[in-house]
Amino acid sequence: MKQAISINVNGDDHQAEVEPRLLLVHYLRDLLGLTGTHIGCETSICGACTILLDGQAVKSCTMFAVQANGANITTIEGLANNGTLHPMQEGFWEKHGLQCGYCTPGMIIAATQLIDRNPNPSREEIRHGLEGNLCRCTGYQHIVEAVEFAAKKTAATK
Amino acid sequence: MSKYVGQRVKRTEDPRLIKGLAHYVDDVRLPDTLHVAFVRSIYAHAKINGIDITEAVKAPGVVAVYTGKDIATKVGPVPCAAALPGLKVPDYRVLAQDKVLFVGHPIAAVVATDRYLARDAVDLIAVDYEELPAVVDVEASAKGGPVIHEQFGNNIAYTLTSGEGDIDEAMNSADHIIKQRMVHQRLAPIAMEGRGVLARYFPGEEELTLWSSTQIPHLMRTQVALMIGLGEHKLRVITPEVGGGFGSKLNVYAEEALLGWISIQLGKPVKWIESRRENMQATIHGRAQIGTVEVGCKNDGTLTGLRYNVFADLGAYHQLLTPAIPTLTGLMLSGAYRIPAIQMNVTGVFTNKMSTDAYRGAGRPEATYVVERAMDIVAAELKMDPVAVRRKNFPAANEFPFHTATGLDYDSGDYEAALARALEISGYATLREDQTKARAEGKIIGIGMSSYVEICALGPSQAMPAGGWESATVRIEPTGKVTVMTGASPHGQGQETSFAQIAADELGVDLHDVTVIHGDTAIVQYGIGTFGSRATAVGGTAVLIAIQKLKEKAAKIAAHVLQGETATLSFEDGRYSLPAGAPASDTGSSDPVVPVAEAPAGALPEPETEGRKSLTIQEIALIAHIAKELPPDTEPGLSVTYFFEPKNFTFPFGTHICVVEIDKETGETKFLRYVAVDDCGKVINPLLVDGQIHGGIVQSIGQALYEEVVYDEQGQLVTGELMDYAIPRASQLPWFELDRTETPTPVNPLGVKGVGEAGTIGATPAIVNAIVDALSPYGVKHLDMPVRPENVWRLING
Repeated sequence: MKQAISINVNGDDHQAEVEPRLLLVHYLRDLLGLTGTHIGCETSICGACTILLDGQAVKSCTMFAVQANGANITTIEGLANNGTLHPMQEGFWEKHGLQCGYCTPGMIIAATQLIDRNPNPSREEIRHGLEGNLCRCTGYQHIVEAVEFAAKKTAATK
Repeated sequence: MSKYVGQRVKRTEDPRLIKGLAHYVDDVRLPDTLHVAFVRSIYAHAKINGIDITEAVKAPGVVAVYTGKDIATKVGPVPCAAALPGLKVPDYRVLAQDKVLFVGHPIAAVVATDRYLARDAVDLIAVDYEELPAVVDVEASAKGGPVIHEQFGNNIAYTLTSGEGDIDEAMNSADHIIKQRMVHQRLAPIAMEGRGVLARYFPGEEELTLWSSTQIPHLMRTQVALMIGLGEHKLRVITPEVGGGFGSKLNVYAEEALLGWISIQLGKPVKWIESRRENMQATIHGRAQIGTVEVGCKNDGTLTGLRYNVFADLGAYHQLLTPAIPTLTGLMLSGAYRIPAIQMNVTGVFTNKMSTDAYRGAGRPEATYVVERAMDIVAAELKMDPVAVRRKNFPAANEFPFHTATGLDYDSGDYEAALARALEISGYATLREDQTKARAEGKIIGIGMSSYVEICALGPSQAMPAGGWESATVRIEPTGKVTVMTGASPHGQGQETSFAQIAADELGVDLHDVTVIHGDTAIVQYGIGTFGSRATAVGGTAVLIAIQKLKEKAAKIAAHVLQGETATLSFEDGRYSLPAGAPASDTGSSDPVVPVAEAPAGALPEPETEGRKSLTIQEIALIAHIAKELPPDTEPGLSVTYFFEPKNFTFPFGTHICVVEIDKETGETKFLRYVAVDDCGKVINPLLVDGQIHGGIVQSIGQALYEEVVYDEQGQLVTGELMDYAIPRASQLPWFELDRTETPTPVNPLGVKGVGEAGTIGATPAIVNAIVDALSPYGVKHLDMPVRPENVWRLING
């Protein structure tokens, strides 16, 4: 039996009636058309589906949409502010932190939480902080540099 | 004129990717799309006595169910393009007929209105299997036992001997012969985006469009058209954003043809998005060779010969290039060395597993591993430094083109230069001193190196199954914007940027005035695709030469309009100019052309040409399209298509050096240093080259330390998810210290050799050599990959 949910995504309120088994990532992608959040493994290993749920980075492929009832969600599409890239998006662009781009939305979201919690992370802390996100293209070094760029930029604008 | 080429230009494709606005296959949404889910074999080897779909067809949302019977005479077999003498090619139907031959073998396709309902109905299909003994071990399978394809009588798909020189004489003349068995374990490519297909048939137009996550849109279009009996001109393949390939999407898969055929049957769009489990089971694997190498050498380290006897685990069927991959191993067995005689004897063997095929490096990592491990074993045997043994056998820089006993002619190289640079950056002499001290303190430290050569820019058409050229169309539009269309179809490499760099420099226009279009067979002229480190060396060259030809025409128009001579016009910063002191084309205005924005609505701006001493190539494009001031017998428009056929492969090279420390308590390997000096010829974009090297090395680290596709003795896939198949994480990796030497290739005018696979080819032996070096005090001479902590711990504590 379908259940009514109300979720705020990227600042907009959405109401829907969904099956209890509907995955949050499918809700975002298929019902809301927010296809920037990707699915890479379905087992919460790769982190391609990472979103912010009430400020916490979570993997939306292993959560039901009904569990997000009442939550505030930010997806990659909601990260830029009035057309201005988030420093983390800028960092990934500047430092060539992406190649095929498939892991990138989840990686960027996870990295924003990382620098929220630790505004001046060491390279080791960045690598540890991104352990839940897999990238097969970049070898991560440029991603580490991207996060450093974003941390510096964020600190400079505060 | 290099404003962009050679610069660390940020990628033009990135904004859409970092904003989450790009479109991968599953992001393409069409109304009324039906979803496909597959019933796949749960056994490695079984007879199918029956398939009961009664319940499934009645299930909610189910539109159709197809089994092997439905497609038997309708859809042709999955193609194999490899041609080898005596090769046995089994009939590989897109849905299993009376037998299943590997776990994941598709048996039935369920079509439903929703992906959840399609998946539900899969569970309602009952397959009556009669299990047969599985053939898993490649060496045992070659010797005898159960036969997978009964019509062939045994499991040997082919045998092949390659190489030049008298190998027996070479071994007889050696002072020492070292011999080592080596396992190149089966790997999974793991593109982060799995495969996916969206098919839409237009019944009125009788046209089919396939969106597929592939590296080869044009080759796929040709093959799928043949498989489903549709005219090739009625099939359009669109490759949207592709989330990584690494060779796994250099193929034509059952699902691509089947989805097209289903869409034709139902007259509606149908979509299938591969799950990770399906990706592990039914997307090609790589490597999977077990071989024994013998190397003969003199007392001073001079190599006399190399023999490699190898069993290649092909899996149950041939995918596009399956049997050809080990032949690439044979080609590269000379490595970076002068070896007078080389012989490879390969036995390609069927097993009840997924097919192997091209995974990043495709046969060359195996060769490099064999040669570079052997060099260290030779060094240990002769008690020489590994550096000295390598130097002893390098051809000198002035010996190129260098002919190898594998039948190749290496284009250009300076192996000593790359080695010397790597030794310098790593501080090799000091590293050895530090190692001695650390060992005295009880630490387990190892230093490993690899001096690799790879074969890239695939390649001359003579050596390729379906053409080795690449194509480009370059068009300057009436408004001066530049459209480049490339047949190379990228999947993360950044060719929209690097090809735009080439074009912008050659045309003297702004980078952002250039757009690079790829991956749509209805728009882009035929092309081969992106694989084999070929896109820039072959496809980039096609862009360059197309522009040069386009400029010949532009110069003629410029000379005509400016009333000068083509030969005396200069071209700089995108502008054709009369020689200094020459009179202007006529008296009058020297105002620039009216910008488009100021032109009357609906009309093209009239180019102002009177009194001009120079014209930009973008202005000439407008003149060429308006076609009122063209020289006699000149075609209007400004567009050139060029197909570039390379005369040879290219041979990038380099030296990697790494330092590892083994944790005595856990057996874990930790990197202390990683230095890579690569030579990929001329570099278009150093930022992108660094990224390719980083990513390649990390896939090597994955092979050396973590990754292995494991089938158990029943042929069950043990590593069926990313929970069980370990690809490297950020925290497991060192900081890579990169540098380059630059030896241009004479094979193409860009001087570019290619870099996509260098890291995956060069790094693996450096890592294993370092681990073996670390453990040499424990009597270790060789270790097979992945070097698991458990094995190392047992060696130390055993």
